[in-house]
Amino acid sequence: MDEKRDYDDVPGTYILDSRSYRKGYHLNMFCMSLNKADCRAEFAVDEEAYLAKFPMTDEQRQAVLDRDYILLLQLGANVYYTFKIVSHDRQPPQVMYGKMSSPQMSFEEFQEMMINGGRPIDGNRSKEETDHG
Amino acid sequence: MARLVAGMGTSHVPGVGAAMDNGKTHEDYWVELFKGFEPLRAWHAENTPDVTIVVFNDHATSMSLNHYSTFMMGVGEQFQPADEGWGPRKVPVVEGHPELAWHIVEDLILNEFDMAVTADFDVDHGLTVPLSIAYDQPDAWPTKVIPLCVNVIQYPQPTPLRCFKLGQAIRRAVESFDQDITVGIWGTGGLSHQLGGERAGVVNPDFDKQFLDNLVHDPMANTRLSHTDFIREAGAEGIEMIMWNVMRGALNDSVREAYRFYHIPVSATAYGAIILENE
Repeated sequence: MDEKRDYDDVPGTYILDSRSYRKGYHLNMFCMSLNKADCRAEFAVDEEAYLAKFPMTDEQRQAVLDRDYILLLQLGANVYYTFKIVSHDRQPPQVMYGKMSSPQMSFEEFQEMMINGGRPIDGNRSKEETDHG
Repeated sequence: MARLVAGMGTSHVPGVGAAMDNGKTHEDYWVELFKGFEPLRAWHAENTPDVTIVVFNDHATSMSLNHYSTFMMGVGEQFQPADEGWGPRKVPVVEGHPELAWHIVEDLILNEFDMAVTADFDVDHGLTVPLSIAYDQPDAWPTKVIPLCVNVIQYPQPTPLRCFKLGQAIRRAVESFDQDITVGIWGTGGLSHQLGGERAGVVNPDFDKQFLDNLVHDPMANTRLSHTDFIREAGAEGIEMIMWNVMRGALNDSVREAYRFYHIPVSATAYGAIILENE
């Protein structure tokens, strides 16, 4: 199930499929646990100790501690799961969207881009377009 | 017999619910959006059906990687607003309609549409935000609700054509239900948006307008799009739009567009709504 997919050509996009599912299973299940108030409380007290309870890779744990959202996606997380972290931090999701963007944006910069009509689709449809556009 | 009377499509952005729950709808950012809800709410006030089938998706709330169904119908008496990470929304409990839900499930499965079934399922913003958009802040929701949860997160999602055919099958099931009640159906999610990745924030108004036009005049055109068409053109999360095909499949070939509204941005999303009445 590691074969190429036709959406692999879409730039800056991470699809939850069998490849990321297996790679990010425990990372995503950690994120999922933050739906529960008692788990959120435990995570808040000692993030490293809480993360140690999940059979994730050290790189995944560090990316959580660093709130490195784009790396989390690259390590198999899905954005609906990383939402749980940014919600736990009581930050608006635009903070996460801005950090994932290339180049990175602040909350205000991301908000401004959306108010001005969002990121344009033209030039962002394929890797070929972004590489040569 | 039960009658399926109308459909609505609407985005279900969580920020809309948060703005209402936290009393922020008068702020500049939200004013235009909530002004656009006014005619929609007026239509719903006049046209509240006995039961509404809400086609939505769970966002890593009540389902996750350890168990995810392609199509799942809620047959419970009640569904509680879910804790999605910041505590449950303080909105009314969602009252189900187990009798009709079970009738639809039986009819669908006997006609080879194999549904998963749940009686115990907390519903997230995917379902409660459309209720808030349609009915504002009542003490109790004025319609019973049958939740129909679709996998739009985990590839492969059902095809856009399969979603349309599910809608057709739901229509047949509703019309064989032996009670004189009215039924509405909502497709939720979309329109174009991408939340994750370096391309976060991408929207595509031309694609959205074509999709909305097709819903009215050429619904089969929206069934010929591939997963990658949606991901590429409407953003990774724009694929939620396939749930609008379920709604459209349940309506007549010919529909009347009662209302349309489109607004950018809501959070990182192009907001869209459409109301379609059976002719």
